[in-house]
Amino acid sequence: MDFTPHTDADVARMLGALGLAESADLFRHLPAGVALAHELALPVPMAELDVMRHIDELGARNTAGLCCFAGGGIYDHFLPPVVRSLTLRPEFVTSYTPYQAEVAQGVLQALFEYQSMVAALMGLPVANASLYDGPTSGLEAVNIAVAHTGRHIVWLSRGVRPHTRQIVGTFARARGLEVVEHPLVDGRTSWTDGPEPAAVVFSQPNHLGIIEDYDAAVTAAHGRAALAIVEADPMLLGVLRRPGDAGCDIAFAEGQPLGNPMSFGGPVLGMFAVASGLLRRVPGRLVGETLDRDGRKAYTLTLRTREQDIRRDKAASNICTNQTLNAIAAAVHLAWLGPDGLAEAGRQSVQKAHHLADLLCTIPGVALAHGAAFAREFAITLPADPVDVIAAMAQRGYLAGIPLGDDHPDLPNGLLVAVTEKRTAADMTGYAASLAEVLHDV
Amino acid sequence: MSEPGGRACSSPLVGGAAEPTLMEISAPGRRAWSLPTLDVPERDLGLPESATHRPELPEVAERDLVAHFTRLAQRNFAVDLGSYPLGSCTMKYNPKVCDWAAEHPAFRNLHPDTPATLSQGALAVLVETEEILCTLTGMTRATFQPAAGAAGELTGLLVMRAYHDSRGRHPSTVLIPDSAHGTNPASVTLAGYRVRHLPSDSRGMVDLDALRAAIDDDVAGLMLTNPNTLGLFETDIVEMARLVHAVDGLVYYDGANLNAILGVARPGDMGFDIVHSNLHKTFATPHGGGGPGSGPVAVVERLVEFLPGPLATLVDGGYDWVMPRRSIGRVHGNHGNFLVVLRALTYMRALGGAGLRHVAERSVLNARYLQSLLPEEYALAYPAPCMHEFVVSVAGLKRATGVRAMDVAKALLDHGFHAPTVYFPLVVEEALMIEPTETESPETVEALAAAFAAIGAQAVADPEAVQSAPHTTPISRPDDALAARHPVLTWTTPTLDPGDLP
Repeated sequence: MDFTPHTDADVARMLGALGLAESADLFRHLPAGVALAHELALPVPMAELDVMRHIDELGARNTAGLCCFAGGGIYDHFLPPVVRSLTLRPEFVTSYTPYQAEVAQGVLQALFEYQSMVAALMGLPVANASLYDGPTSGLEAVNIAVAHTGRHIVWLSRGVRPHTRQIVGTFARARGLEVVEHPLVDGRTSWTDGPEPAAVVFSQPNHLGIIEDYDAAVTAAHGRAALAIVEADPMLLGVLRRPGDAGCDIAFAEGQPLGNPMSFGGPVLGMFAVASGLLRRVPGRLVGETLDRDGRKAYTLTLRTREQDIRRDKAASNICTNQTLNAIAAAVHLAWLGPDGLAEAGRQSVQKAHHLADLLCTIPGVALAHGAAFAREFAITLPADPVDVIAAMAQRGYLAGIPLGDDHPDLPNGLLVAVTEKRTAADMTGYAASLAEVLHDV
Repeated sequence: MSEPGGRACSSPLVGGAAEPTLMEISAPGRRAWSLPTLDVPERDLGLPESATHRPELPEVAERDLVAHFTRLAQRNFAVDLGSYPLGSCTMKYNPKVCDWAAEHPAFRNLHPDTPATLSQGALAVLVETEEILCTLTGMTRATFQPAAGAAGELTGLLVMRAYHDSRGRHPSTVLIPDSAHGTNPASVTLAGYRVRHLPSDSRGMVDLDALRAAIDDDVAGLMLTNPNTLGLFETDIVEMARLVHAVDGLVYYDGANLNAILGVARPGDMGFDIVHSNLHKTFATPHGGGGPGSGPVAVVERLVEFLPGPLATLVDGGYDWVMPRRSIGRVHGNHGNFLVVLRALTYMRALGGAGLRHVAERSVLNARYLQSLLPEEYALAYPAPCMHEFVVSVAGLKRATGVRAMDVAKALLDHGFHAPTVYFPLVVEEALMIEPTETESPETVEALAAAFAAIGAQAVADPEAVQSAPHTTPISRPDDALAARHPVLTWTTPTLDPGDLP
């Protein structure tokens, strides 16, 4: 099944009009040795039903339906059906980047509203129309700071998500940036003095779920004329202070919890907002309001001279295709939640996380890894290898969390546990009982 | 500023005012959300850093939310509505069975940190897609972490850098033809390299003598799209690759135009070392209004050890994550745009080897046929057999009538077609880059040609009518200069009024 409409007669007629005899004649000008002389060893074509059976078979090889207590940026929140039904409108799904504004007002206005809501969420005046994901957004934020300050040192809290730290590391190596990691003391970042950085980067809450001290981080940055860059958890922005209110210059977030299923980690989206002085350095698309020739309100891609197709090798970022459809999903979900729904989802997640932490700490050998305040995710230490515990918990129907030892050598038996508003009291009681059994057995 | 509240949620789709914003239809206390009552004992946690402000999000009923986004959708053109001959973007039909796959609960609800032993199906999807992609491109292994084409370019260039570093060499220049996509030079700069541009010759191809002159020990590599952005196959490619390899440079394939050669020719056989593909072009995954895409990077054997990781790999009869020995590191937060890869696999398996070759044959056939049907005012920029797309110049039309490429593009919208790409590549004056794709019937291609002809005739008879097009779309041409001069990027910024127009 190849989805082309041409009949044999169509092909013959079209080739005839071109003065060609067969389809292979279309490629006669390719040099010898380049045109393939043989058929490639590829699978045979399949009917749709057979393809669907194949995908079903692959899907069946995943352990489905685990009750999810894993987080680390990707969370199992409740997604109302309205998000999917609106986001999957084919006009959104099958259109290109809205270069022709006259026939793209739908995508443009949806992105304008997304930008407006992300700006409101972050407490900052400007948000772009999305980046790839949270961690790569962290890299774009660092790039802004390097360009803005002309410095090449970046202060990175050890509490920043490991994947974000790794990505910043990947590009820092290529670009000659020096990354200085600042340690955690009882789970919170300890900012020590050192050569002046371009940026101070931290997560709120951090990767271990701990609520960081905003003022300490922002002061560490602004006291050295560096930018304060924070990675926020968007589902907590109804209950925690907003990055802009805390004085941050750039806020980015893994936007998946808003509107997008876990999707094995992609496609998700990076949310990105900046203080007004950084507007001209923002990577990616920006949608602006304008007027059409008849004086009507209209939307269009704007400030495009920042972008790669115009600036080419002088562009601040190479991003072109981003995550528009995921941003539209986030916009629909945010509008569905409104300010009160967002606060309630955050409040319930935090309350439930503390409830589960209490339950788990009654199990012999299990303890919270830190004494500092946490939000909806927390680290515990186990009396066994977390990898074995996760495997045993999966047999009981739970995805127990994420092992911490690889990224935090001081927590070799650490397990990161996340709770969303979707987990019920019964889920948590069951999780705790299963963990007690598993630890008793190992 | 959009005044909160006060607007009804119903308005005409075309001809009237803009759709109200969500904030304009918001009313305090209205809501769409519901959540179960908290079922654990609530207590005062006394958490630090509590919210000091309530985010100003709209408050709307679900009925109005649905009406709003449905009307927005109806103010948008899309492949599912009609032909979208946007050159270089490969706006082919996106099969619905691939949508079904992306909605499959076994994948959609999978957490990325699920251990490999519990996500064998997802790893199998990556491995199976990788095998097909490597067979089609003539490469050895591929990473799916890059989320789009530009991310693929940057990843490929970092692999190039790691390769040279491993050999104790530090060349600083990457060669790029002057007809390249803008992402190429931008990616080169981000990877810490300098760009050296190569001119095109009278054939519209890389000038081989200029390439010879530019080759020296400082050349890290060459980035090339083939077929190039003029829709022409670079027939000297084998010699070009040989020249670059002679100074230990690497040759990078930008997969923007891979559609034209599926099953017909392979970058690996032409001498390319690094290949990025755009699954959202060649493998029919939808563009989503500007993403999500997926830009996997495939490489030859000697570069595999530098790929980002971990890579899903068959180990002892099962799949596991394996980090390449000298990996450049991670380039995505998780495993890339996984569900986009799943869509692409569904497409690849439906088509199979025979269907994939049909894609190349029919896309080139449609492009050649369309080009043959266009009247003379749409002159081929470089008269040579095109591949899946071609570039015409309307410089002659502009001199005769004042009608420019952008005017033709806008007029096409009134005929029910999306516009082609305009003013690209930069080497062609008044360029229209046209890519019909293989999924359009000959009748649609003929109707598109007739629309171009009608616009050409109207340009002569009544140029003002073309210059003021489009006339039947939800808005007329927006004032882009005004948008840049007075950026209104959120609904809390003071709104513009017609007094702002020049």
